[in-house]
Amino acid sequence: MGEWKRDAREPSEQISGSRREFLHTCSLAAPLLLLGLRAAAVEAWAAPEAAYNAREHYYGMGVDVARCIGCGRCVEACKNENDVPREPYYFRTWVERYVVGPAGEAEVDSPNGGIAGFPPKPSEKGVLRTFFVPKLCNQCADPPCVQVCPVGATFATEDGVVLVDRDYCIGCRYCVQACPYGARFLDPRTHMADKCTFCYHRVVRGLVPACVEVCPTGARVFGDIRQRSSPLARFTRFNKIMTLKPHLNTKPKVFYAALDQEVR
Amino acid sequence: MEPLQEVLRQVTGYIYPNEVELHWGLLVVVYPYLTGLVAGAFILASLVRVFNVKEVQPTYRLALLTALAYLIVAPLPLLAHLGRPSRAFEIFLTPNFHSAMAMFGFVYAWYLMVVLLLEIWFDYRKDLVLWSKRETGVRHWLHRLLTLGAGDLSPRALRFDQSAGRFITIIGIPSAFLLHGYVGFIFGSVKANPWWSSVLMPIVFLFSAIVSGIALMLLLYLLSTLLRSKPVDMVCMDKLATFLFYDLVVDFSLEMLDFIHRLYEAEESIQILSLLVSSRLFLSLVILQALLGTVLPLLLLGSVSPALRNRGIVSLPDELRRLLYAGAAVLIQIGIFSTRWNVVIGGQLFSKSLRGLTVYKMQLLGLEGLFVSGFLLVLPLLVLLVLIIVLPPWPEAEQHPEAGAS
Repeated sequence: MGEWKRDAREPSEQISGSRREFLHTCSLAAPLLLLGLRAAAVEAWAAPEAAYNAREHYYGMGVDVARCIGCGRCVEACKNENDVPREPYYFRTWVERYVVGPAGEAEVDSPNGGIAGFPPKPSEKGVLRTFFVPKLCNQCADPPCVQVCPVGATFATEDGVVLVDRDYCIGCRYCVQACPYGARFLDPRTHMADKCTFCYHRVVRGLVPACVEVCPTGARVFGDIRQRSSPLARFTRFNKIMTLKPHLNTKPKVFYAALDQEVR
Repeated sequence: MEPLQEVLRQVTGYIYPNEVELHWGLLVVVYPYLTGLVAGAFILASLVRVFNVKEVQPTYRLALLTALAYLIVAPLPLLAHLGRPSRAFEIFLTPNFHSAMAMFGFVYAWYLMVVLLLEIWFDYRKDLVLWSKRETGVRHWLHRLLTLGAGDLSPRALRFDQSAGRFITIIGIPSAFLLHGYVGFIFGSVKANPWWSSVLMPIVFLFSAIVSGIALMLLLYLLSTLLRSKPVDMVCMDKLATFLFYDLVVDFSLEMLDFIHRLYEAEESIQILSLLVSSRLFLSLVILQALLGTVLPLLLLGSVSPALRNRGIVSLPDELRRLLYAGAAVLIQIGIFSTRWNVVIGGQLFSKSLRGLTVYKMQLLGLEGLFVSGFLLVLPLLVLLVLIIVLPPWPEAEQHPEAGAS
């Protein structure tokens, strides 16, 4: 190696010198560059939050019933992401299985919210149709829970998410009674109302809710209702859409495609 | 979590996973029962004051004190039931004006401060002045304090007491309607729940409140008179029984109207509600509320009281008659408590998916337990006892200015 260097040195003295300088400059600049990258990364992480303007968004979710395979990963992800109590009585989201028999009678179950999938049915004989339905807070545009809360602890954000203010909730449970969808519960640890937030902490950073993130079949679609380019807008454009209990006029923002009449 | 696991095993059909826990328990049953008695007792008092029903005059002051005693205790079950009771005052500080429940604070405060306390004060002021003049020691100072320094006993001042009391009662009647009608509205306005959601709910609550209040006053009047070894005023008892009968007819008609209306409309919830009534609520609704709590008292009062025929369809001696009245009043109390139970608990025993039924596991201990609720049902009577000691409502305790001055 030394031999090779000595041979090559003479003709490329000039170049070698400038290369050394260049490398030297680079080594000096490296910390600065790293610092700059770090700053950019920090800014990139913080920027959507700092620059987040709720008025520019209006969120909703699409659920394609035909795509749901009932694996329950969304339920598990939700419990982990949002620290939902593990007991089988508290869910921000859950999955229901419908088995419709030949006479049209529907049998519904959701063992532990479907968190570990569903046990096989003893016999599939005579099953007319069967399907899974993921459920969650419908983030209603006219939410009855917000209407009844005596202290205004439950409120709707400008970007269309219904949240609970933990500094105000008195735990009267009127909101739980007022919700037609069974989407609320009382957290046994805080004695306050709890519900799906569309993973608001993620959404304001430009991420999608945990349940959407983990769904292996893309049965859940999240996005901005008003932005034509959003995945949700595309979903509502290419599917026939139905909401749950529309006669109650709560104007849900969870839109179901391929929803069956048996689902309530 | 043991009770919830127990519930999970007894669920039939499908209920949403979050519905395993029943959210409003026994305490929330006790609350509308207590406020109903407040409203009922006050309406009875107003019969004397505004509608000049002289026959029930002996119950007037006792009814006012009873209403106050029950009103003082009424918010306690709600407070005990809150997940965060220390934040209860937020209802007054940051109320949500769209919430029926938030209005509770204001209706309650209005009723307690403006209606009941003022009316009782104006009614007792003359007696308070005269009592404090006659008495010594603690009672002297207590009664003197309660006069709030208004010791004027001139005929003009006494006339003002009278007209002010009457005016407050006139305001009080719609207020009593509001107090209990609004409790009905809290349930009736929940569109998510087909068992509750009914425009008739406030009206049904109101009339059942009047029924329970008059029945309670009948019992308390009879009991207090017998305990004091005084003659029972049978004219008063007959009048109370007559009013009770009329009001029970209205109440029962409204309940039946609601029932028939639901059956006839047969909306999507009809199947699960029919199942609810014929299984989980059969004892408390069909047996206790309808048969024992309504039909039987109707038959008793209808045949014995002068409601339908001047001396009753079956003419009975006074002692037996008042015994039957008391029996009917006890049955009515059981029936009205069952009514509250069937609304509050019944409305949560079926799933909002309309596909299944759950159960209510009553606890013995703890805030939501049987003992606390039992205590809260007895507490108003203890408060009433204290009120009676401080402000004796009996006719013989009433002072007359001339006699007092001499």
